[in-house]
Amino acid sequence: MDQKKLMLYQNMLFIRRFEEKLTELCQIEGKLPGMIILGTGQEAVAAGVCGALEKEDVIISNHRGHGHLLAKGADPKAIMAEIFGKKTGCNKGKSGTLHIAVPEVNALCTTTVVGGGIPIAVGTAFAQQYKKSEAVTVCFFGNGSADEGSFHESLNMAALWNLPVIFVCENNVYSGAQRMEEHTRVKDIAIRAQGYGMPGVVVDGNDAEAVLKVTAEARLRCLAGEGPTLIECKTYRWRGHGEADHQAYQPKDEIALWMERCPIKKLENELLAEGVITRQDITALEDVTAMIVEDAVRFAEESPLPDPREALEDVYV
Amino acid sequence: MQQITMGQAVQQALTEEMRRDPDIFIAGEGVGVGIHESPVMPTFGLLKEFGPERVKDTPVSEAAIAGLAVGASVLGLRPVVEIMFNPFFTLASDQIVNHAAKLRYLSGGKSSFPLVVRIKTGAGFGSGCQHSHNLEAWVAHCPGLKVVMPATAADAKGLLKSAIRDDNPVIFIEDMGLYFFPTPVPEGDYTIPIGVADIKKPGRDVTVVTWSKMLGVAFKAAAVLGKEGIDIEILDLRTLVPLDKEAIIKSIQKTGRLVILHEATRTGGFGGEIAALAADEAFSYLKAPVKRVTGPDIPVPFSPPLEQFYLPDENQLIEAVKSVLL
Ligand SMILES: Cc1ncc(C[n+]2csc(CCOP(=O)(O)OP(=O)(O)O)c2C)c(N)n1
Ligand SMILES: [Mg+2]
Repeated sequence: MDQKKLMLYQNMLFIRRFEEKLTELCQIEGKLPGMIILGTGQEAVAAGVCGALEKEDVIISNHRGHGHLLAKGADPKAIMAEIFGKKTGCNKGKSGTLHIAVPEVNALCTTTVVGGGIPIAVGTAFAQQYKKSEAVTVCFFGNGSADEGSFHESLNMAALWNLPVIFVCENNVYSGAQRMEEHTRVKDIAIRAQGYGMPGVVVDGNDAEAVLKVTAEARLRCLAGEGPTLIECKTYRWRGHGEADHQAYQPKDEIALWMERCPIKKLENELLAEGVITRQDITALEDVTAMIVEDAVRFAEESPLPDPREALEDVYV
Repeated sequence: MQQITMGQAVQQALTEEMRRDPDIFIAGEGVGVGIHESPVMPTFGLLKEFGPERVKDTPVSEAAIAGLAVGASVLGLRPVVEIMFNPFFTLASDQIVNHAAKLRYLSGGKSSFPLVVRIKTGAGFGSGCQHSHNLEAWVAHCPGLKVVMPATAADAKGLLKSAIRDDNPVIFIEDMGLYFFPTPVPEGDYTIPIGVADIKKPGRDVTVVTWSKMLGVAFKAAAVLGKEGIDIEILDLRTLVPLDKEAIIKSIQKTGRLVILHEATRTGGFGGEIAALAADEAFSYLKAPVKRVTGPDIPVPFSPPLEQFYLPDENQLIEAVKSVLL
């Protein structure tokens, strides 16, 4: 168990430092094209959920997805290069930060269409059931996404057919500039599971171990043919919707409160208290993490941009 | 004359119309509030003036937003709803394509649906293909819908007012590339009729038919070509449906040559419709084949050199114009 805990800590720390680097790069005019959307503060969801998965398991991610991909084992260099729009990026510069697919680790689709991934997860879970594979699908989406029709149609169908899919709602309080109470009447998205005949679970989304535990349980249910689960992870978006968002609508004290509930600090304190790691271990880990992130940035910076005519490739098989 | 952006022109049209008619309300994701409270955004300040009764910030629910407009309009309200980016129109499309466009017909002309769907569009921002996808040809293909796609702030203001006052469903598509550059716009109330194209630059040698953001590309090409003694006529359609066929044919009569320029992809693009019109009704005036300059048949890619490759530019237009002059 200590090993698992340590792995969660390492993964969260890595995602955090990777995304902090993106925040930094965003300050440099013209460095990163497009809009950069980060999951800072939400790392326990990515790490906890993916910590319960095997390589064959599929994830479907969304616009706030870097953490999901990294936690699933995607190569940080290829991700960074994709964010830079380089030829060496995992999608040859076609997708950029927002739509990264890493089929190598079964991160099959990242969609920026809110709610757009949920029906696809029904499809991958169907294929897994059809082929009797020992694998499940996880679909990540936000609280706002649960307002789309696709969410409701998909949960109903997945439950009806007992599909091996875990719907992970990453509730970070906001949907764009709207607070949860401004976009839905319910307090917990998880309660909607009842309406479709599947279990709905609320979990502390800043507690990576707890997230891992409920995901592992849901995964077992999937594999036992007992069908889908909706897991709602309560967490918080530390930064704006995207890096260009100045968070005018987000109360400062609310942000401060949630920063105190930092998922990484929480686990770090536990690991220290339990004597699993020492301060020196943390320093060493920070060094290694920084090095991997720097390597990824160097790789991305040194990589060539795609040739313009490559735009014509990959439309059809 | 005031110098304002297209975003501000839209904002003025909405403000003036809402003051004029209490049955008008607006709805959409981030409408009125949103992440970026910036005076250049089209719904800036509306919440403050008209309150949450008439300025509805909705959940992320495009189908319901579109259906809200359909249902509210048949009972006499005049909704102006917003779809944040053109690709998300697909989520609203059942309500618009199968309902807004058809319900009047299905009622045997008894009901009307005076609604406006404002859609933001345009590539060039590094947002990738799920945010950038010009789908005007899709809506133009649905009888029952009017389709407006202005290229200037002044046109946007007058056309949006006409759209709001129109008793039919109107799809009003705004290219975000036009949100940030101030241009002259008349103050106060005026309308520009839907279905009337506008010669933005008269010319002798070649007709360039275009709309929306590509008007700027046409002007860039005109400047270069002008220095070489080639005088293009730039016809800004402004409205795709109903199409101002007369204006197109008249211009072809004058120049005998036609090049069509649009940002959307080529196959099935609205440019094909203009070319077909020329073949059907202006064939005898044509001195050269009709050419199209369009986005290539690919999703809009993310990486800057790829996205630049996607976007039609003045060089492509210059080449096409010269090719019909050979
Ligand atoms: C279909 C669709 N509608 C609107 C948008 C614009 N949009 C992007 S993210 C977002 C909010 C989503 O909130 P949530 O699902 O809670 O995810 P979060 O951003 O909080 O991670 C919106 C409205 C979109 N990308 N797709
Ligand atoms: Mg959210």
